[in-house]
Amino acid sequence: MHTPLNVETSWPDAIYAQFRRVDIRQVGYVPDAGHSRLIALCRDDPNIADVVLTTEEEGVGLVAGAALGGQRTALLMQSSGVGNCVNMFSLLRNCGFGCVVLVTMRGEFGEFNQWQVPMGAITEEVLRLCGFLTYRAESADAVDEIVGAGCDMAFNGNLQVAILLSQRLIGPKQWTR
Amino acid sequence: MLKRRDFVRHLLIDRGNLLVVPGLGSATYDVAAAGDHPLNFYLWGAMGGTAMIGLGLALARPDRRVAVLTGDGDMLMGLGSLATIGVKQPGNLVIVVLDNARYGETGMQPSATAAGIDFVAMALACRFKSARAISRIEEAADTRKLLHEGAGPILVNARIGCDDVPRVLPLRDGHAIKQRFIDALNTA
Repeated sequence: MHTPLNVETSWPDAIYAQFRRVDIRQVGYVPDAGHSRLIALCRDDPNIADVVLTTEEEGVGLVAGAALGGQRTALLMQSSGVGNCVNMFSLLRNCGFGCVVLVTMRGEFGEFNQWQVPMGAITEEVLRLCGFLTYRAESADAVDEIVGAGCDMAFNGNLQVAILLSQRLIGPKQWTR
Repeated sequence: MLKRRDFVRHLLIDRGNLLVVPGLGSATYDVAAAGDHPLNFYLWGAMGGTAMIGLGLALARPDRRVAVLTGDGDMLMGLGSLATIGVKQPGNLVIVVLDNARYGETGMQPSATAAGIDFVAMALACRFKSARAISRIEEAADTRKLLHEGAGPILVNARIGCDDVPRVLPLRDGHAIKQRFIDALNTA
């Protein structure tokens, strides 16, 4: 029986379903609270190699190696991690490796920690300067369509696509103590 | 001390289906000097990323052997990837560090390994199945065997001399290097 999804809380499930649809077989990530459910879904999937990275730029190498071996890869990171990747992103452009990066945004709507703001405020511009197409998901009901389109563009055209999941979508990090 | 060109040539004798990822700079020239091959993914950049390219490839193709040949500078820039590889335990991945304790491309400045920083100890701490240091050409045959049969992940730190050798420049167009590799892997 089909159970209607609660779109407000199930956007990570929508991303995961798109990963399955386009046959993503490796997922590299530095954990982020906003990605926790998606990471759990990927870790539980025997068809996906989940690779926990010590720094986000490692994921760029992973994408390239997987593509050489015929597999598609998605990277999950927080906006701060984008800054760690800048030089390594050259590998994707130099060789034309298709790549989808899902970025959970910090340092924007409702951010409590101003230390996140300098990188969060330039994340999208940095990605564009590095040659990425960028798309923003501001609401839960937009995630499925945007991720689906982004994956198709990335892997059909060997393009670099970043999808920014806004802090308004994820909800600001709670600071309770 | 090993002579880098002789050593790499020994490693790649009768390489068969081996997939080779050489790091930027001298490692790429050494692998090219041993004989151009479509299953070489030459790097001209991406410093610090060579081992991770090897991991992605090893995970994607568990049926094939993957050799990362790179310099100490590149490996030092990607030290965290030793931990990442240790978590995934790819049985088909071998990293050979061509360690001259110098940054050869930029004027032979000493690297951290010149001060005794030890990749073998780090690899073992990162749960590599085995790791060893070598410095004699007589040890090349054993290393070559590890590339083809050893239970990975394995790291071999090969102490090489600082001799200046002529550059041997392979393909530099990234799209061409990639597509040639993929085509060869799909047909071999």
